[in-house]
Amino acid sequence: MNLAQTTSTGAPAGAPPSALAASLRGASVRFGTFTAIEDMHLDIEDGSFYTILGPSGCGKSTLLRLVSDLIPAASGEVSVFGKTTEEARLAREFAFVFQDAALLPWRNALKNVELPLEIGRKRGVDIPVGTRTPRELLKLVGLEGREDAMPHELSGGMRQRVAIARALVCQPKLLLMDEPFGALDEMTRDRLNLQLLDIWRETGTTILFVTHSIAEAVFLGQKVIMLRAHPGRLREVVDVELPEPRTIKQRDTQEFNAYCGRLRELLETC
Amino acid sequence: MSVAETMTAPEAPTQADIEKEILADARKKKALAVAVPLGTALGLVLIWQIGVKLFGVPTYIAPAPSDVAVEFVAKFDVLMQNFWPTFFESVAGFVVGNVAAILIAVAFVHSRAAEQAFFPIAVFVNTIPILAIAPILVLIFGPGMTAKVVIAALICFFPTLVNMVRGLQSVSSQTLELARILSASKSEVFWKMRLPSSLPFLFSALKISATTSVIGAIVGEWVGADLGLGALIIDATFNFNSPLLYATVFTSSGLSVIMFALVTMTERMVVRW
Repeated sequence: MNLAQTTSTGAPAGAPPSALAASLRGASVRFGTFTAIEDMHLDIEDGSFYTILGPSGCGKSTLLRLVSDLIPAASGEVSVFGKTTEEARLAREFAFVFQDAALLPWRNALKNVELPLEIGRKRGVDIPVGTRTPRELLKLVGLEGREDAMPHELSGGMRQRVAIARALVCQPKLLLMDEPFGALDEMTRDRLNLQLLDIWRETGTTILFVTHSIAEAVFLGQKVIMLRAHPGRLREVVDVELPEPRTIKQRDTQEFNAYCGRLRELLETC
Repeated sequence: MSVAETMTAPEAPTQADIEKEILADARKKKALAVAVPLGTALGLVLIWQIGVKLFGVPTYIAPAPSDVAVEFVAKFDVLMQNFWPTFFESVAGFVVGNVAAILIAVAFVHSRAAEQAFFPIAVFVNTIPILAIAPILVLIFGPGMTAKVVIAALICFFPTLVNMVRGLQSVSSQTLELARILSASKSEVFWKMRLPSSLPFLFSALKISATTSVIGAIVGEWVGADLGLGALIIDATFNFNSPLLYATVFTSSGLSVIMFALVTMTERMVVRW
């Protein structure tokens, strides 16, 4: 079976740093005596859509939190666009979409999208402003006309779309998504998957997308990062070479199912 | 096909008709929600009236509602003369107690050390019965309004402190992570996230203290005052003027209801989520 081609995990450091969205060099994360991630080497190429898959406890979310400077590396190095994670955070190089939308319930949809533009404004922070206004971003995620809706008036899928619009408002070069559609029903999830692919193509942003659904990982990802658990380690990065742009119909093809089967096999031997 | 037919059929209810019906239904429910408790209260007053008259209960033990109503009208100027001092003490105590509680809650949330140092003291103060602490405060602050304001403030303080601390800590961990990703400063996290999240908690506490502040003011007046609803209650009791006593009690609970309603209205305007 030559469908899934495996790339080497510890890429040599010779690659030009500008082509890398993020890079981990022997990075480890520890919580007390517990090792969440151990000695991880990983290169995230700029502009690609990566999905992260692995058994529970393999450190999928931890990996995103490591890249986004929410937790520090105990050892090793992590860089984002050639900067330290802290520098990248201060420059708003990346944005994060959480599992629950994490909208502020007292702000309407538009005000939630505008939040990143308000943070730091009074302190004179140089906030990168995207080419799209918050209103245009709400239109991009299909929420035109719902600008004034409060979060409790929106469905789970709509809330998550507001969160995506909020993440895009500073035009991040890297979008980190932590099981954003995990709590949604399948039909909503399919629709949002397609919408996300459109957004990815339009914005050209690199996406790191954590999921526990094999089908979702294959459908979205150009590359699937497989992790193994206890401790969290990189297993391999699987290239998914399905024709672009992806369509829902592809999911019924033999090719698609072959990828799913291979990933399932890898998961079982994790 | 049949669906389309019924949709266009002339006798079928239009969207406007349906909306009208829903509105009428809602209005009916709203009216019932008012009518039922009001009817129950009126019924109880009626039973009280009949009971007192039927068993010939002396007025000084339990006055009939009619006697109370007559007294309320006859002594309205006296009641109002005593209403305003209690009103001002309650409002002043409400403001002082809650502002202090909010500020201390903010300090607690920002400094673990402050919380460890002062929270046990706050609990201790709260465990002292207000009736025991009232004479002490009247001794310290004298028979004027200050002591009553302090007592009312004290009674408001604790529920607000506890709720406000919880409210300020009620921000979800993902929201705090979002703040970190956006490199938000401590004051931005406070004003944009912690404070708004705490408002529902704060208003729960304010509703409690809206009524308890009146109790605090009245307890203060019992201990030493010649004006105020509390003083009037003592006066009426010692003179066996039960109708006036009852009228005063209703006036003071009316004051509590007004305070409660004001807080609830403010909450509806502020907390809209």
